[in-house]
Amino acid sequence: MARRIAIECSHAASLAVKLARVDVIAAYPITPQTHIVEKLSEYIANGELDAEYINVESEHSALSACIGASATGARVFTATAGQGLALMHEMLFIAAGNRLPIVMAVANRSLSPNLSIWGDQSDTMASRDCGWITFYAENAQEIFDLIIQAFKIAEDEKVMLPVMVCFDGFYVTHVIEPLITLNQEEVDKFLPPRKIPKYALHPDHPTTWGPIGLPEIQTELRKQHDHALRNSKFVIKDVWREFGEMFGRWYDVFEPYRMEDADIAFLLMGGSCGTAKAAVDKLREKGEKVGLLKLRMFRPFPFEELLNFTKEIKALAVVDKAISIGGVGGPLFSEIRSALYSLEDKPKVLGFVAGIGGRDVTINDFIGIYEKTKKVLAGEKIENDFMFLQVREE
Amino acid sequence: MKILPSHEELKIKSKPSWKELLPGGIIPEPATSRFYLTGDWRSFRPVIDKNKCIRCGLCWTYCPDMAIRKTSEGFYEVNLDYCKGCGICAEECPVKAITMVEEEE
Repeated sequence: MARRIAIECSHAASLAVKLARVDVIAAYPITPQTHIVEKLSEYIANGELDAEYINVESEHSALSACIGASATGARVFTATAGQGLALMHEMLFIAAGNRLPIVMAVANRSLSPNLSIWGDQSDTMASRDCGWITFYAENAQEIFDLIIQAFKIAEDEKVMLPVMVCFDGFYVTHVIEPLITLNQEEVDKFLPPRKIPKYALHPDHPTTWGPIGLPEIQTELRKQHDHALRNSKFVIKDVWREFGEMFGRWYDVFEPYRMEDADIAFLLMGGSCGTAKAAVDKLREKGEKVGLLKLRMFRPFPFEELLNFTKEIKALAVVDKAISIGGVGGPLFSEIRSALYSLEDKPKVLGFVAGIGGRDVTINDFIGIYEKTKKVLAGEKIENDFMFLQVREE
Repeated sequence: MKILPSHEELKIKSKPSWKELLPGGIIPEPATSRFYLTGDWRSFRPVIDKNKCIRCGLCWTYCPDMAIRKTSEGFYEVNLDYCKGCGICAEECPVKAITMVEEEE
């Protein structure tokens, strides 16, 4: 039976990984991710988890070890953050391109320089084209559930892709939250052991992975990868349905909050969604027609799901915790706006960059974003549809 | 001097569609590179003059593609299925017994 406990969000990730009965973990400690793998090594040392923990000298090696292990048919987990993810960059593509169902937790952290251990989403946004399924979690419950679901999604033979479960460093990772856990029997029922794939790496049956990709082959491989990632959406939804039916917690691409009759909606991912909900409540008290679209799934990009919500609203205020330097705006903003471009009747889309390098994003910041969006809808002229918030000008 | 069957004979598609490739482009059997006849790339072909050859084997040693093999008489011959025409054998031959001759269509 389900049990309600208090747990640090990082440890909610470790617990989910333990319950998923992983075979191999290869990771390198990095703030603010360290608690996740620290707890996992404790589980292994205590005999609570029968898995191989591979100590490595860098994140590049961590993911490389995961790639080899996953190719043999093992269930594999790793975790990283910020610079660690950047160091993995090359191997991210190889894990996904070789269609290996590795699950990775990312404690979102800003990228250097300056050396920042604090949270923002610039690390995972810089890796958004690497072909992984990418989820963003708001709290301990989502981290726990999404990690267990991630193994089932990744290992489905229609998918065979790695999954990243991302959550804000410190603001989420180091916070103690309530969590409704599952017991081993329940998780085993939902997530059976991984089936060894037909062409798993084995000395008795040699196979070749990632050989030379001549111009005659590479285009077809990319098309195949793109097709698999786009279509993983159907398996993701099936897995979420099965999870809901078994455990009563229902997941979807978007979690709409007070969207009924909303004219303006915040759209963002991760831990700040909780603050945005509080801002929505405050504004609703004053009679403002505002809601929140919390996005959980960034890859595959949710085109159709987005259109279900954008028909009725007048403006979307997209809040990015990352900036595409010199680009059209925050990465989430530019993708959302371009996804809506071909519609005849589309809402105004404004982009706001906030919370860089762990800068607090408060309820008042969201109220300010709402007021700015409302003014623009009323005809206020702005230089650019994208605004860099919280910057000292003088 | 073909020693291996062609792609057509093996019923291997040299240009499969994205649906025909295994996920991630895995090659399910070992040593299939043998079926990729890199000799197609060649624009110059090495020709060995048996009268000059001293059977030292340096061409065999230096060939980066193992496209030179020893005959039963102790001489050396070029496997044109794989020889890319790089010319290293001709460069290394101490008695200049190998000439690079332009391939003509």
